Amino acid sequence: MKVQIDSDRCQGHGRCYDLAPELFGADDEGYGQVLGDGIVPPDQEQGARLAAANCPESAVIILEET
Amino acid sequence: MTTDNRFSQEHREERDELQTGTLSEVITGPVSDWATDFSHADSQWAAEPFPIQDDLRQRCPVAHTERFGGAWLPTRYDDVASIAYDTERFSSRAIVISNFRPPLDLAPVGGTPPISSDPPFHHDARKLLLPAFTKTAIGRYEESTRAYCNSLIDAFDTSDGRGVVDAAQDYAKYIPMRVIGDMLGLPQQDTALFAQFVEDVLGTVDLPPEERGERLRPLFDYLYDQVRAHVDNPRDDLTTHLINAELYGQKLGPEHVVGTIVLLLIAGIDTTWSAIGASLWHLAGHRADRERLVASPDALPTAMEEFLRAYAPVTMARLVKEDMHFGDVDMKAEDWILLSFPAANRDPAHFDQADQVVIDREVNRHAAFGLGIHRCLGSHLARMELRVALEVWLSRIPEFTLADPSAVTWSIGQIRGPRTLPLRIS
Repeated sequence: MKVQIDSDRCQGHGRCYDLAPELFGADDEGYGQVLGDGIVPPDQEQGARLAAANCPESAVIILEET
Repeated sequence: MTTDNRFSQEHREERDELQTGTLSEVITGPVSDWATDFSHADSQWAAEPFPIQDDLRQRCPVAHTERFGGAWLPTRYDDVASIAYDTERFSSRAIVISNFRPPLDLAPVGGTPPISSDPPFHHDARKLLLPAFTKTAIGRYEESTRAYCNSLIDAFDTSDGRGVVDAAQDYAKYIPMRVIGDMLGLPQQDTALFAQFVEDVLGTVDLPPEERGERLRPLFDYLYDQVRAHVDNPRDDLTTHLINAELYGQKLGPEHVVGTIVLLLIAGIDTTWSAIGASLWHLAGHRADRERLVASPDALPTAMEEFLRAYAPVTMARLVKEDMHFGDVDMKAEDWILLSFPAANRDPAHFDQADQVVIDREVNRHAAFGLGIHRCLGSHLARMELRVALEVWLSRIPEFTLADPSAVTWSIGQIRGPRTLPLRIS
């Protein structure tokens, strides 16, 4: 699994870095950023799904096949 | 060095005379039909808006009123979202519905930038503020907020033996007032003034515009005084930051500086006050939820999002730019839109058990902080304040109930939360 953030949609609600701080961080203006290469370790897949399901702007994208 | 006289009294009076706009007929009195005559200034809407919204969502779903010179109320999540995203056709030139529409040429800045601003200006004005409101920047205030919450509880006076406190007036209200006051660098002894300012801005939408203007004057007088004090004596706070900020190579105009401070002060208080109060109101009346959160503080962040969904305090407004069709209705230029995030958050098409408060709801794509470019600038601040306020309360006062459910009162207007909340705490 891999995660991405659609920066055109992201408005900096911060749900992704609240719910999955291992996978997401904030830039200097609070917009979400993927940490590292976005590859999700198996034990963090649930966090990735929660982040995607709770983003008010639907800006968190999950790519299942990597 | 030249003197910064942007905020002088003479300068301000000169500008005041330029204020023009459109007044509409003031229509008050009981609502005849919520689909054709709604009023968010009605006491029934304040006390129990959700059954009204649920009914409208089924049979309308976009309600109308002739009040306020004409306004529309979408109640479906998809309609609220599409308007929030459509900054081409809907302006934020004014975001509090009243009987006064500010002049068209106030766009794209608006009276309280950036919430009142339209693209592309909006983005630039917002960028000036974003770094001060990131989760990391807000984290600096958590310790002092926690200490302040504890000091408020220490000061509860239950000496009359009844064991009742007003959680809205003696707890929820003071937390955001103190924190935003500190961020702006306003004197702590002035904190008590802020509640009146909030009431003057948000609780007066039904008044004739001239009268409303008079009610707003003390707020602006106060803030111009505070800004001048900061010009003379700069500090490390948001007020000095705004005085020094530049846009397009120039310092900000006085209306921009003071308008933004009005926004931060008012939006920073009423909203979080309401969210804390509504959460405590819910927990006072739902023993199982209260016991669960006392026993499992780790469940609070998820529960808090559910309180934000179910009791979303903030409703925004837009102005229609040109005559247009929206779904089945014909909107006219200058019609208001009452943009109800609370109604969106209870749309069963988007949420299972939409009318139930489910504190363990894991998937909760709610819109309490808005959608699109105007996402609440202070959302990280609000979440910190709400979490700390509830953590401290639940650890200090695990047992509490509504002392008199019929004595609870709710604010009137676009921000909804308890304004009287008697809780029995012993």
